[in-house]
Amino acid sequence: MTKLSLTINGRRVSADIDSRTLLVDFLRNNQRLTGTHVGCDTSQCGACTVHLDGRSVKSCAVLAASCEGADVMTIEGLADGTTLHPMQAAFREHHALQCGFCTPGMIMAGVDIVNRNGSQVDEATIRKELEGNICRCTGYHNIVRAIESGAAAMAGTKIAAE
Amino acid sequence: MTDQGIGASVKRVEDLRFITGKGQYVDDINRHGQTYAVFARSPVAHATIKNIDVSEALASPGVLGVYTGADLAADKIGGLICGWMIHSKDGSPMKAGAHPALAQGKVRYVGDHVAVVIAETLDQAKDAAGLIQVDYGELPAVVDVGSAQAAGKAQIHDEAPNNTVYQWHLGDKDATDAAFAKAAHVTKLDIVNNRLVPNAMEPRAAIGDFDPGQDQFTLYTTSQNPHVARLVLSAFIGIAPEHKLRVIAPDVGGGFGSKIFIYAEETVCIWASKKVGRPVKWVAERTEAFLADAHGRDHVTTAELALDASGKILALRANTKANLGAYLSTFASSVPTYLYAPLLSGQYDIPAIYCEVDGVYTTTTPVDAYRGAGRPEATFVVERLLEVAARQTGRDPAEFRRQNFIKSFPHQTPVIMAYDAGDYAASLDKALEMADYKGLAARKAESARKGKLRGLGFSAYIEACGIAPSRAVGSLGAGVGLWESAEIRVNPVGTIEVLTGSHSHGQGHETTFAQVISSKLGVPIEQVSIVHGDTDKVQMGMGTYGSRSGAVGASAIVKAAEKIVAKGKRVAAACMEVPEDSVDFENGEFLGRGTNKKMTFGEVALQAYVAHKFDPELIEPGLKEGSFYDPKNFTFPSGVHIAEVEIDPETGHTRIDRWTAVDDFGILINPMIVEGQVHGGIAQGVGQAMLEHTVYDENGQLITGSFMDYAMPRADDVPSYNVSMTTTPCPSNPLGVKGCGEAGAIAAPPALINAITDALGHEEIAMPATPQAVWRAAQKSVRKQAAE
Ligand code: FES
Ligand code: FES
Repeated sequence: MTKLSLTINGRRVSADIDSRTLLVDFLRNNQRLTGTHVGCDTSQCGACTVHLDGRSVKSCAVLAASCEGADVMTIEGLADGTTLHPMQAAFREHHALQCGFCTPGMIMAGVDIVNRNGSQVDEATIRKELEGNICRCTGYHNIVRAIESGAAAMAGTKIAAE
Repeated sequence: MTDQGIGASVKRVEDLRFITGKGQYVDDINRHGQTYAVFARSPVAHATIKNIDVSEALASPGVLGVYTGADLAADKIGGLICGWMIHSKDGSPMKAGAHPALAQGKVRYVGDHVAVVIAETLDQAKDAAGLIQVDYGELPAVVDVGSAQAAGKAQIHDEAPNNTVYQWHLGDKDATDAAFAKAAHVTKLDIVNNRLVPNAMEPRAAIGDFDPGQDQFTLYTTSQNPHVARLVLSAFIGIAPEHKLRVIAPDVGGGFGSKIFIYAEETVCIWASKKVGRPVKWVAERTEAFLADAHGRDHVTTAELALDASGKILALRANTKANLGAYLSTFASSVPTYLYAPLLSGQYDIPAIYCEVDGVYTTTTPVDAYRGAGRPEATFVVERLLEVAARQTGRDPAEFRRQNFIKSFPHQTPVIMAYDAGDYAASLDKALEMADYKGLAARKAESARKGKLRGLGFSAYIEACGIAPSRAVGSLGAGVGLWESAEIRVNPVGTIEVLTGSHSHGQGHETTFAQVISSKLGVPIEQVSIVHGDTDKVQMGMGTYGSRSGAVGASAIVKAAEKIVAKGKRVAAACMEVPEDSVDFENGEFLGRGTNKKMTFGEVALQAYVAHKFDPELIEPGLKEGSFYDPKNFTFPSGVHIAEVEIDPETGHTRIDRWTAVDDFGILINPMIVEGQVHGGIAQGVGQAMLEHTVYDENGQLITGSFMDYAMPRADDVPSYNVSMTTTPCPSNPLGVKGCGEAGAIAAPPALINAITDALGHEEIAMPATPQAVWRAAQKSVRKQAAE
């Protein structure tokens, strides 16, 4: 057992965990944050994508114990109260989800893509950067449209906040 | 209200929970006192089980039970079933071996279920499963479908000599042979339709929960058809009578056919929950999904097309060996027969067709319906034959298709289907325009200047959806009727619950079905909730597959809505004191014709429940109506897809430069959702044509058992798609809808292979056309060009 303290979605959390516990299992089973999904066992699908200290990671490939003191953001923490994050709103607006299973990971990856590449990020970059996220339903067309549009909206909210 | 009704691209109602992480998939549900199941699976493809020793596993920490096939048999739990009887051409019924949920005496594929461990924690169950000792008497594997029937091959089921389940045929052999005898040109192709793993992103999962106080079982399961699951688990497998068995399929993360079937794991979880007296949860790891989810396709076919000198098609002949895997899955027998051969007429007027299909056992994972199910296999045969025949006879592939299109409706094909409506030339013309077919030669020249090979390929597909008229499928061997049910409950305040037997696992029914209600009853969709996926709430239903939920499920809703309006008119007439036959219903209001009296839908609902203003002898209180809708015919969506690719002969990389899709799905309820279905289908078709391949070695070991080895289409493997529609309403259902869920997966593979072979200048490439395969083929093209 290891003692773990970290911040999840802005909330301080402490727990005793088995040192082998994966971050995704800690989030899902210990914290009951079931928006982060498990779609594979080889770190290939991205359904488990969360933000760790502001960067997207596959939470199935991270030991929870290694997150001591870290700041973790999951899909449940992305909206500001009842106001959706612009990327969430863009996914709905552009019909970028069908079954919804890949969606939390896609949205978290999308936010990170924009954070790293800026609001002008182009289609080719988005497609390349989505390499680690598999969607079986949408054929990606609308996911790409949503991330383009979410990128523009994120720039808008940033300007508005400044 | 029309801005939310039929035809509006309303944003989806269900999205909010998914984009905020609040979906409720089976693995998100936890029951009090829950335990965990792990299956011990066969590591070998084919063996007798000489002995199973579970003693060490039973003694392992946290273990509550270890069970084998003998325990199921002792409890009289029946085997898994195949629900469609196929008769061979000699009239004999198909020869199916038993399909126990846990192996009895023999294992028949790698991943076959040998035993289950139930433990307090998942890790404890895993550890204990590793301690089960099985003594296998290994037998030779039978992997290749082409040679599985040969003499001397190991016998997989005693019931099926030569590993042959059936030798089925359809069509008129003599007429077809006669047409071939007088043909001016015959095109012949050997075709392999590659085996695919469906890989819905949510792995299958189940929680069995037995309540001893109520003597009641509840199964939470990743199902496309929870009522069918209940029926099979109850009536055939014998878990419990239907009124003691509740099946809940909550949010389900994609299915594509693979979640239709009633599998071993769900069966064992629900049974074991009574054994251990605690809820039992099982969630597939992706590796298990590769081994144990039913696979798709896997046909080996020889196909021929006969033309006269003018280019008119005279006949089509096909001989197919279909790999059914080691056991017959729930609908396995129907997929390569009645869902396949009746589609071999495509969009074409073909006077004679004859098809023979051998259904074959191999020591591989069972094969069953996967998006399209039989129809992609048929379309690949037809559209490859058409394209190659055009090339061989020097005809333009578009005009050759147009020449042979069916032009008047209804049209009876020689293979069962009676097409009711369509305008194939309209889709072709629009697609040619959108794809700038005229500019192709210039684009090819430009690519050639850069040292690249450019090609364009067509696919003019048809599918039979809206599955299906019950009597028709019954006469073909189906064990069930394929109607759908709906119940509309209008609450006293005018809000509405619609209970449907369809199941949404990505299709967006919570939106589209509400749109149908909005159009029919004039209420905003915010006042409507769609209830599905729970056998305690919805009485009965047949579920979602075969692009049936619009054509069949929504038609049932329309029928129930008409009954609501009829009853509403009677209530309104009594309240407004006008004759019943003088009440009209328009835009959500009941109007007394020729008077200025009117009542809103909500007012009538309230009066129906208050029941002060009518005679209960004449009108029952309440406003709730149900319906069962049985379709009159299949529906026949069709369309033309055009793929254009550019190949780099140096690397074998194929870039899809543009994708044009023009589909005729009849009336669209929500165009945004329909386009999304097309996109997703195309990506799956691109996956089949260029990436996905399921490979077994000669010992029956699955080589492509994870996302590391099995190439799923990713965002940079596919282009943006240019999707458009033409419309001929479907005449056989009240909405005029045809269904759109499978079209992309059906249309895409031949379009892409036709494009790649056009670029290569020869036909020698098989699916998947991976960069390595394309590179080899392109080297041949380059050598050929150099020689010329
Ligand atoms: S679950 Fe983490 S990448 Fe698939
Ligand atoms: S929406 Fe179903 S996997 Fe992406």
